[in-house]
Amino acid sequence: MNASIATNQTILVVGGGISGMTSALEAAECGKQVILAERNTSLGGRTSLLYRYFPKMCHPTCGLEINLRRLKANRNLRVMTQTEVTSVTGKRGDYTVTLKISPRYVNQNCTGCGECAKVVEAEIDNPYEYGLSKTKAAYLPHAMAYPQRYVLDASIVGAADGEKAKAACKYNAIELDMKTETVELKVGAVIWATGWKPYDAAKIQPYGYDRFDNVITSLEFERLADPHGPTGGKLLRPSDGKEAKNIAFIQCAGSRDENHLRHCSRICCMASLKQTQYVREVYGDEGKSTIYYIDIRSIDRLEDFYQKVQQDSAVKFVKSKVANIKLHEETNDLILHGVDTEGYHRYAAQHDLVVLAVGMEPESNGIALPADMITDSSGFIEGSKDGGQFSAGAASSPLDVNRSVQSATAASLRAIQVVHKTSATEGAR
Amino acid sequence: MTNANQQAVALYSNDFLREVEERVEEGEWVKMCMQCGVCAGSCPLGNAWQHTPQKLFMMIRAGKREEVLTSDSMWMCTSCYNCIVRCPRKLPITHIMHGLANYAHRLNLAPKGQPTREVARLFWNSLAKTGRVNELKFSLAMYFKDGIVQGIKNAMAMQSIGLALVMTKRLNPMELFGGHKCKDPGSLHKMIAKAREIEDRKKGFTS
Repeated sequence: MNASIATNQTILVVGGGISGMTSALEAAECGKQVILAERNTSLGGRTSLLYRYFPKMCHPTCGLEINLRRLKANRNLRVMTQTEVTSVTGKRGDYTVTLKISPRYVNQNCTGCGECAKVVEAEIDNPYEYGLSKTKAAYLPHAMAYPQRYVLDASIVGAADGEKAKAACKYNAIELDMKTETVELKVGAVIWATGWKPYDAAKIQPYGYDRFDNVITSLEFERLADPHGPTGGKLLRPSDGKEAKNIAFIQCAGSRDENHLRHCSRICCMASLKQTQYVREVYGDEGKSTIYYIDIRSIDRLEDFYQKVQQDSAVKFVKSKVANIKLHEETNDLILHGVDTEGYHRYAAQHDLVVLAVGMEPESNGIALPADMITDSSGFIEGSKDGGQFSAGAASSPLDVNRSVQSATAASLRAIQVVHKTSATEGAR
Repeated sequence: MTNANQQAVALYSNDFLREVEERVEEGEWVKMCMQCGVCAGSCPLGNAWQHTPQKLFMMIRAGKREEVLTSDSMWMCTSCYNCIVRCPRKLPITHIMHGLANYAHRLNLAPKGQPTREVARLFWNSLAKTGRVNELKFSLAMYFKDGIVQGIKNAMAMQSIGLALVMTKRLNPMELFGGHKCKDPGSLHKMIAKAREIEDRKKGFTS
């Protein structure tokens, strides 16, 4: 690491998803020194696990690739993966941050050849597939991973598999004695781009996510639809691998609910509308989608997309929050019970797969933030009281990718203002 | 039209929602309903309701005063609390149902002879009089609520249970004559009258 980057003009960006990458790049391209700390083994965050974006139905890989190219071309930006922020002390313009770096057990020599994965036998739940598939304990996070380096799962370090992997590596890239490191750095501003996590669907007791195999989350559905995903892009339901052609999408699964998440997660309506088009893509007119909703909130110009999906004869809309789901024992189908609001008809509708449009919860919930931080009633970060720490993207509010990028750019500008002022007033540089 | 009903109509012409908010127990919550339908779908007796809670809330907002207050729907509630637990807006739906039923009863618009209403009325009358529910008189009153003939039939059908209760000292036949009461029923009557007065004042009943 170059010593000059650890000054109080440096901006720390926490989280390397689409928001963190954007914030970091915008600042770095303005000539500011930036450290991008990502907790996971690769950049890209949840965006890299989506199949397509709404409303244009384009692939996230495209935008990610552009960002990665910007990132590789920029000397002001340092990326640290498997790095967590454990403390932030000090004040606006002059913070001391402590970073904990977990071992990857693979160094820069890695070429991504994959010889280690061939010899390792142990398998782990693939952390990038929401547990829908297994992966070798020596793995490349995903096709678009940055850095393009393998990772050894800690479970095989100290075991025979670890030694095998080391022996198989032609480039001397595997270091089994890597240790957790703690480093302290001085930074002028911090951007929290810690993103979101799906609400724990098992907590929505009447929907039986924990009891019924064929009740899945919208994020798992993204993986099913993705050709790089566990089913190779086929919409196969988990219980028996049958093609799901009569799919229910349940909106507000956790959101807008005082018992779960108080807020509207904003993106889920659009996500389900988008996912009905995945079904059409695979099965044409034969793939039936039914959206159960309280009201469709396709924010501002995205209303066009909603209207387009409304014209789709394979998509049905039922204005009703589903009351409960029962299992149809013989077929493993699900029976959805409820009463619709347009006419107050009681229904018991059978579907072969149920997709819960789960709400967005701040990823930072359950993690101790610096004491100075202000969060809203759902835990979304507003920023620090001293005005030197900001939030970007889905860490600040439930946002789609487009709005996350806008939010990230705005946060970047505010962080630049902080470090700019610092260098001017203190006469540094 | 009863006197109380006429007053209410005059007071709240065309604004049934406001009437419910001011006069029905927990009625101020009605406007919070977002019509998701979870209460209706979660109710174990949902099929028995002509108008589910979700629908009642919409009818209140739509000013369907007569249909709501004369409905027997809210009398179907068994207080299982499933709706309250599930409601994403935390509306105290069970309490609102009882509030509506009570209000309809107060205005004498509730359906006559509705079984839940009859039970509640007999229970209350027994309790308010002596401070204790006279189980024997209460049960007999239930048996005979649909006339002498039906009453005798009911009593005959329940004969063995009644006798068993007597044998195990769960039911005292002497209760038929007066029956036990709390220490000072007169004070209880005063308390109830006072509570009624306060409620009337708060809710704007002038009778």
